[in-house]
Amino acid sequence: MSAPDKLMNTELMQEREAALAPKAEVQGLDFYYGEFRALKGISMTVYEKQVTALIGPSGCGKSTFLRCFNRMHDLYPGNRYDGRIVLHPDNTDLLASAVDPIEVRMRIGMVFQKPNPFPKSIFENVAYGLRVRGETSRRGIEEKVEQALEDAALFDEVKDRLHQPAYNLSGGQQQRLCIARALATDPELLLFDEPTSALDPIATSSIEELIHDLKKQVTILIVTHNMQQAARVSDCTAYMYLGELIEFGVTDELFIKPKMKQTEDYITGRFG
Amino acid sequence: MSAVPGAASPMLDAAAAGARLKRRRSRVLRERAIEAVLFLAALVSVFTTIGIVYILVKESVVFFQEVPLWDFLTDTQWTPLFTDAHYGIMVLLSGTLTSSAVALAIAIPLGTIIAIYLSEFAPFSVREIAKPFLELLGGVPTIVYGYFALLFVTPLLQMIYPGLPGFNLLSAGIVMGIMIIPYVSSISEDAMRAVPMNLREGSYAMGATRFQTAIKVVVPAAISGIASAYILGISRAVGETMILAVAAGQQPNLTFNPLEPAATITAFIVQVALGDLPHGSIGYQTIFAAGLTLMLFTLACNVGGHLLRKRFREVY
Amino acid sequence: MTPARDLGKIRALIARHKRWDMIFGLCGLLALMIGVLTFSALFLDMALDGLPRLGWDFITSFPSRKAGQAGILSAWVGSALVMLVTAFFAVPLGVASGVYLEEYARKNWITDIIEINITNLAGVPSIVYGLLALGLFVYQFDFGQSVLSAGLTLALLILPVVIVATREAIRSIPQAIREGSYACGATQWQTVRYHILPYSSAGILTGIIIGMARAIGETAPVITIGALTFIAFLPPAPVQSTPPFLNFEWLFAGFTVMPIQMFNWTSRPEAAFLVNAAAAGFVLVAMTLAMNGAAIWLRYRLRRNIKW
Repeated sequence: MSAPDKLMNTELMQEREAALAPKAEVQGLDFYYGEFRALKGISMTVYEKQVTALIGPSGCGKSTFLRCFNRMHDLYPGNRYDGRIVLHPDNTDLLASAVDPIEVRMRIGMVFQKPNPFPKSIFENVAYGLRVRGETSRRGIEEKVEQALEDAALFDEVKDRLHQPAYNLSGGQQQRLCIARALATDPELLLFDEPTSALDPIATSSIEELIHDLKKQVTILIVTHNMQQAARVSDCTAYMYLGELIEFGVTDELFIKPKMKQTEDYITGRFG
Repeated sequence: MSAVPGAASPMLDAAAAGARLKRRRSRVLRERAIEAVLFLAALVSVFTTIGIVYILVKESVVFFQEVPLWDFLTDTQWTPLFTDAHYGIMVLLSGTLTSSAVALAIAIPLGTIIAIYLSEFAPFSVREIAKPFLELLGGVPTIVYGYFALLFVTPLLQMIYPGLPGFNLLSAGIVMGIMIIPYVSSISEDAMRAVPMNLREGSYAMGATRFQTAIKVVVPAAISGIASAYILGISRAVGETMILAVAAGQQPNLTFNPLEPAATITAFIVQVALGDLPHGSIGYQTIFAAGLTLMLFTLACNVGGHLLRKRFREVY
Repeated sequence: MTPARDLGKIRALIARHKRWDMIFGLCGLLALMIGVLTFSALFLDMALDGLPRLGWDFITSFPSRKAGQAGILSAWVGSALVMLVTAFFAVPLGVASGVYLEEYARKNWITDIIEINITNLAGVPSIVYGLLALGLFVYQFDFGQSVLSAGLTLALLILPVVIVATREAIRSIPQAIREGSYACGATQWQTVRYHILPYSSAGILTGIIIGMARAIGETAPVITIGALTFIAFLPPAPVQSTPPFLNFEWLFAGFTVMPIQMFNWTSRPEAAFLVNAAAAGFVLVAMTLAMNGAAIWLRYRLRRNIKW
C-alpha cells in the first residue's frame, strides 16, 4: 500500500495542503471484479475546489477507481470494495454498506465518456436530476435549469430550443448538456470519465475551458488518457498503473520532475 | 483471375488458361443458379401475401355483388344462413372488439410490468427461469386455452357472479389476455434490453432509483419497441379464434357487454367451416368477406404500428 | 453548499423513492405469478380430468360415439402426417429464404418488399391462412380437404418463424468467418454450405422446433380448410411392402388432427366427452411443451458453447 504522505512530501504539496481543505480521502481502497483485484491499496486525497486528474495507460484502473466514488459498481453483481473513501465535511464513508449508493450519487455527479443524454428534450434532460429529487416547483426547476445551462456554457446556444430533443445537438453540445445535467443538482464532487475522448478537438477545448471555470464552484475528479489534457486542466495529478497508485502530486511538479521512474517513463512517452 | 504471370511455357499456359476459364464459367453459372433458387424461395412469402389478398378479394367481390357494401357495414343483424339473410358485420365486429378489449386490458398492463420487471429489476436467476417459462406459456395450443376458459375460468367467474352465462366474452377475453402476455412481455423486454447501458448509468449517476430509471429513461427510450409489442398483441387478440369459438358461444350478438355470449369474426368462420356449405354459395363467400374485414383490421394495426415506430424511432 | 444539513432530507427522500422500487418489484413478481398460477391451474385441471382416461387404449382407438371407447388414433396419426408435409415444405423454404436475405440479398426495393412482407405475415391471423388454403389449395389447385392441403397451409403459417430464426442464427456469425472462407478462395455458395449453415444449424433447428410446435397446436386454419372432425379410419400407409415401396395416396386422404379432435370433444355437451377432451389436451400440451422445452434447452446449450 502506498501511503499518501510518502507521495506528497514535496514543499509545493505541503504548501497546497496547508491552503486547501480535503474534500475526499481515499484510504486503502481495494476493488474486486469477482476474483480479479482491479485496484490495489489506493490512498490519496481529493482537495476541495481543485481539479484532480487520474492518468495512466488503458486498463490501469483509473475509470474503475473513478466509478468507486459514486458507487457505480453497485449496479453489477459480483463487485466488491475494500477500504474507505471518506467524504468531507461530514466524514461519510462512501463505500460503507450502510450508506445507500443512491445517497452517494445524489451528492456526487458524473459525466461519462460518451455523451449520454436521455431521449427527452434539452430542458427535461437538465431537469432530470431535480425531478428525481422530488422537486416539483416549476419556477424553481426553470431557474435551476437555466443556471446549469449557463454554467455549462450552453445556454446561449440552446435557449431558443429548450424543448427540442437533446439528440439534435452536436456531440460537444451533448457533452456540455450532460455536464449541465450534473451541475443542476449542485453536486459536491463532479466525476469526469474521459469526457472528451468521443469529441473533436474544438469541442474538446471548449469542455476543457469549462472544466477550468467550473472548479470555482465544484470539486472535480477527471480521468483522462490524454496527458496534455491533464497538464492543462488539473491542479493535482495521480498516475496509476496496473491498479496501483504510483505517484500523486501537484500537476506542474509531477509533469516536470516526477519522483518515480515509472511515471517519468509514461510521461515522456517511453511507454504506454 | 488471370493466368499466373511468368509461367514457363506460353502454349501450356494458354491451354491451362482455357481450362481455367471453362471451370470459372461453370462455377459462376452454378453460383448464379443457386442464388436464383434461394431468391425464389424468398419470394414464396411474397406470393403467400399475394395469394391471401387474391383469394380474399376474389371471393369478397362475388359476395359484395349480392350484398351491398352499405348493408354490410350498417346492418345490425348477422343471419347469413337464414332464409331472411342479413349481413351486418358490425354484429361480429362487436364481439371481436369486446373480447379483444378484455384481453388487452389484461395483457398490456401485465405484459408491460413483467417486461420492466425482467429487464430492470429481476435478478439474473429469476430472469433465467421466467423467460423460458413465459415462452412455454405462449406455446400452449389455443384450443387448450379454450378448454380452460370454458371449463375452468367460466365456472370460477360464476362463483363470483352467479348470473354469468356458460358462454361469455369475459372468460374468453381473460384467458386470451393471459395467452397474449408472453408476446407483449418478450418483445417489450427485448426493446428495453436494447437500451444502451450508458443511458441507465447516466440516470443512476444522477441518484435515480431503479423504478425512476425504468419509468423515466428506459421505457421512453424503448417506446417504439414497446409499441410494436402492443400492436402485435392487438393483432393476436383480434385474430384469435379457438378460445372464442369454444368459450364465447357462436351466436351473433351485437353487444359490447363482456358478460354476454357473442360470436366474433373468427368464431363465425370456424362455425361455417365446420358446417357443410357448398363451394360457391353465398354462405361460403361470407367467410371470405369476414376474413377480408379481419385482414384489413390487422393490416391497419400493422401500418399504424409502422408509422408509430417511424415517429418514435430510437436514436440513443 | 451545505450538504451535511440536508442529508437527513435526502435520506428521507431516498427511503420514499425506494419504497416504489419495492412496490414495483412486488408487482412484477405478482404479475409473473399470475402467469405461473394460470399455467399450473390449466395443467393440473386438465391432468386431473384427463389422466384417468389416458392409457394405451386411448392412443390406439378411433373416435367413437361412446365416450368411454373413444381414442385419438386417427388424430395423432393425422397430426404426424400433416407435420411431415409441413416440415418437408417449411424447412427448406424457410432456411433458403433466410440464407438468401442474409447472405445474398442486395439492398434494393425487392429485398425491402420481401422483408416488410415477412414482418407483416407474422402478424396475419392464422385463420386467414385457413381461408387462403380453402380458396387456393382446396378448390383452385383441387388438392381437396386433404393432408397435403393442411400440411401446406401450416407450412406457410410457420414460414416466417423459420425465416426469422434462420436469419438471427446467421447474423450471429461474425464477418471474420466469411472473410476467412473467401480468403481461402471459396465461392459464396461454398462459404454458405461449409461455414454459414453448419455454424448456424443449432439456431435454425431451434426455430424449426418452435415453428413445428406452433403448427401442431394450430386448430383454426385446419378447421377452415374443412378437416373432418370424426374419422374412424387411417390414411393409407406411406410405406408399403411392394414396389415402389412409397405410397403417396395418403397425401390426398381425409384426416383429422389432435387439436380438432379436442375441439370436437370440447363442444360436446356430455361430460364424458369432456374427459376425453382433457385427456387429448393433456397429450397435446405435453407434446408442445416437450418441443418448446427442447428448443429452449438447445438455445441454452448454444449460448453457453458459443466461442466467438
